[in-house]
Amino acid sequence: MSQNVLDDSRSVETTKKAIPKLIAVWIVTSLIGSLLVWFVLGPHLPPGTMTDQAAGAQFDIKFVSTLVPPVLFFIWIFFGYSLVKWRVRPGEDPLAPAADFRGNSKTQGAWYIITTVLVLFLAAFGTYFLVVPAGAGGGEGPNPIWTPNTKNMLQVQVIAQQWRFTYRWPQFGGMETTSIYLPVNTEIQFNVTSLDVIHDFWAYQLGVKADANPDVNNVAFTKTQQLGRFTVRCDELCGVWHGAMYNYGYVVSQAQFQQWATQMEAQNAAVTKLLPKYATTYTPSYAGNGGGYYPPQDPNANL
Amino acid sequence: MAIDYSKATGTGSSSGAPGGGGGGLLKPSIITGIIGGVIGWLLGHWIGNSFTQGYQQVQGSGSNDIAEFLGYFGMIIGWFAGLGALNYPIKKLFGVEPEAEEPVTEKGWGKYFRYTLDHKTVGVQYLFGMLIYFFTAGLLALAIRTELLSPTYHIWSPDTYIEIVGEHGTMMMMMMTSVVLGPFGNYVVPLMIGSKRVAFPRLEALSFWFTPISYFILLSGLWQGGFQSGWTGYAPLSVQQGVGQDTYILGFGLQGLSMVCASTNIVATIINYRAPGMSWSRLPVMGWSMLSLGFTMILSIPVLIDGLYVLGLDRTAQTSLLYSGHGGSSFLWENLFWFFGHPEVYLLAIPGFGLVAEIIPVFARKPIFAYKTSAAGFIGLAILSFFVWQHHLFQSGMNPDMRPLFMLTTELISIPTGFIYLVGMGTLWRARIRLTTPMLFMLGVYFNFLFGGLTGVYVSDVPINVTVHGSFFVMAHFHYTIMGGVIFAFFGAIYYWTPLVTGYQLSEKLGKIHFWTMIVFFNSTFLPLFAVGALGMPRRVFEYAHRLQFLNQWVSVSAYLLGASLLFFTVTFIWQIAVTRKPTVRNPWGSRSLEWFVESYPPPAYNFKRVPVVLSWPYEYGDPNALPVADIVNETKDLDPVGRA
Ligand code: HEM
Ligand SMILES: [Cu+2]
Ligand SMILES: [Cu+2]
Repeated sequence: MSQNVLDDSRSVETTKKAIPKLIAVWIVTSLIGSLLVWFVLGPHLPPGTMTDQAAGAQFDIKFVSTLVPPVLFFIWIFFGYSLVKWRVRPGEDPLAPAADFRGNSKTQGAWYIITTVLVLFLAAFGTYFLVVPAGAGGGEGPNPIWTPNTKNMLQVQVIAQQWRFTYRWPQFGGMETTSIYLPVNTEIQFNVTSLDVIHDFWAYQLGVKADANPDVNNVAFTKTQQLGRFTVRCDELCGVWHGAMYNYGYVVSQAQFQQWATQMEAQNAAVTKLLPKYATTYTPSYAGNGGGYYPPQDPNANL
Repeated sequence: MAIDYSKATGTGSSSGAPGGGGGGLLKPSIITGIIGGVIGWLLGHWIGNSFTQGYQQVQGSGSNDIAEFLGYFGMIIGWFAGLGALNYPIKKLFGVEPEAEEPVTEKGWGKYFRYTLDHKTVGVQYLFGMLIYFFTAGLLALAIRTELLSPTYHIWSPDTYIEIVGEHGTMMMMMMTSVVLGPFGNYVVPLMIGSKRVAFPRLEALSFWFTPISYFILLSGLWQGGFQSGWTGYAPLSVQQGVGQDTYILGFGLQGLSMVCASTNIVATIINYRAPGMSWSRLPVMGWSMLSLGFTMILSIPVLIDGLYVLGLDRTAQTSLLYSGHGGSSFLWENLFWFFGHPEVYLLAIPGFGLVAEIIPVFARKPIFAYKTSAAGFIGLAILSFFVWQHHLFQSGMNPDMRPLFMLTTELISIPTGFIYLVGMGTLWRARIRLTTPMLFMLGVYFNFLFGGLTGVYVSDVPINVTVHGSFFVMAHFHYTIMGGVIFAFFGAIYYWTPLVTGYQLSEKLGKIHFWTMIVFFNSTFLPLFAVGALGMPRRVFEYAHRLQFLNQWVSVSAYLLGASLLFFTVTFIWQIAVTRKPTVRNPWGSRSLEWFVESYPPPAYNFKRVPVVLSWPYEYGDPNALPVADIVNETKDLDPVGRA
């Protein structure tokens, strides 16, 4: 039996010597990368800090992003080193055998354990930051299980239909508006529903996203903490004008909000009287002049 | 023991295939298939129109879904009748023993346009079919990118735009699932396992001939008002749509049937048709990936077909299974769709990984590292893919209490995915690496998939998902895993196996130009889209914020250049196999795998004169004293594969 003789660059000794150097390069590059992500990129990461939930999402994105450089550099350094070091050299027989091993129980074991631990950690991390910030701004369906610690919430109903959003305010006489203003430093409960197909209420800067399903009330919570303008976009394909289904909202001071709301209430009084009673979901109707929508139990819905 | 000696040693004759005797235009082929299809459509459409006339919902509505469906049903039956695919089963049904024919040996080009039972012919049919489908959908992608050059100025009307998005996505998803299984699973895997044939040649042929008609039906949506529901087809939007939506149901459904046929065949072939000595522990990893893929298809695709059936009922028989107003639920579709849909995305990942793990050892001159782990990786991906579907519905409003669970299962998928990296990296360690074109593509898969995989952590984390769900971030994520994964592997596999399949060698220089342009422009197209999405741009929209214009233009220009790179491939590939035709040498890459030890390239009918006896593991690259992979190696190693004088 002829022995498979390997040239020096592929011998166990040479590669063993290289490993500490590779690890050093990896640690340094990862450290630099992660620090840059945390301190330089971090504060600019989406979706900003306009609400508690947005700030939470920003923290999560920042945290996960800091884990990226170590993984990225690990793989890159490994591949880079192998490809440079063990590429066939001119004059070498390209078909000659290289090292003959089929596995390495220590490496494999370490790999399984490290990836598993990492993954379990990430799942725990995600769960914690889902539960603690009251559902992290995501739609929790009709019976939310992660709720803010207060009864004192501003209720905003978001009604989506092809192709616009309107808002109903049960605490302001059930009026319906086409614009949205929110008071700062306030817990907000969005009740999202649809009159036709599935839409999605995405208030980017608020860190809120909830599908608007017909006949379903999808609840999402957020707590405003900064003044400013936010974008509302429909984020679930809803037909031809889906791309144009957006508007802007504002987080304003509590006094300004009160002023806006009372003014709207007065201005809309006549219309509010014609609206169906406030409900969590509505059934659209095409009967009558221009159609309308009704609470599901409304007897007129069947006329 | 699962090895079947008796069948494999026979001539493998499969009697009664069409395409044998007779001649002229009436000999069943794609032409008679088209004629049959047209007749069938006319008949079906007429029946549909005549018996629904009296119904109020049809009168004056300008659209008749029942006639649409029946027209296409007629077309499908006519198509297969015209192709001659029904002759054999019908004869059998009436107890007539069809005469034996030998379709496998037909010479010339004609066989590629016929319903044939030879797995190699079907593989080539698939290869060209897949390239056509990929380029069609790719052109549609460029149409999308053209619209997105400007945030406000529009090239397409909003409805045309959204229809193009849906056609692109649906075409890619339904077709590219077969992009490896179709051409290479069918062509190479039987050779790799030392078989003279596949288990179910009729199913295999059927699976291919579903694809042209499903392609045609899906595209026909474009001139019937299209469908505005995207590839996900969410109800009630998809119930609200015009007849274009029916083309989505039928196109996708037919392609689903195709996959069920193809996967049944490959699974049965791998289990039953391995040559003596090809034990499970010697099965090439490509075989393991095809097996995992096959089982995943068999279990997930029927759910899609069920879902489409429900949607079709809502659209024609006016049931309201997907409409909550009358007792149904739009969540039903979301669940059915994604119960299929997530396994679907792994149907796109597993075969790509299979190719990578198969091809890298050849160019590393080393045994594959952690062979069992790679097989476990494929199986793990396949199994886990059935337990994660609700991660597409984190914001949907259903089952909030299930979110931590689905977050966990989703993140667990990183473990078997990591196996594939472990295998690749271990194989490269202390290797002798040749950076040939196929190898570059396989390394490209690792490079690209890394971004897809890492961003997968973002999308699966529920709090982060609130921001990125439904945005271009997700869109970039899945293009990295699919286009960057299986499509790169597919092109690498074309460079790798073309010498075997055609007998011609492809230029390394042209191949490398293709590779480098493709990987640069691919990354320059999709990397910025992570930022675009994170900055707030939703998918499937024709208007976006002005501040995102520069990034979008960058992406669009890169996409054109990516298109140019693919055009370069098409031209050089066709040129080299049709015009310059440089004959290949035997076993050009120095592989140990069985497929290269056939007598000639392309392999003769029935592959091997006699069934080979497998003597060793195909990955013994590191041991110069290892036995050859099979006994036929020594018999064929001096034969000139292309018969040069
Ligand atoms: C050839 C390069 C490709 C380019 C330039 C490209 C580009 C695009 C673009 C611009 C969109 C629309 C995004 C939006 O507005 O929502 C899109 C959507 C999509 N693409 Fe691609 N794509 C390519 C290849 C692929 C491949 C290979 C696949 C899968 C096999 C794929 C699957 C999809 C899917 C599923 C969608 C979503 C469609 C929907 O929203 O319903 N694409 N692609
Ligand atoms: Cu919408
Ligand atoms: Cu999924």
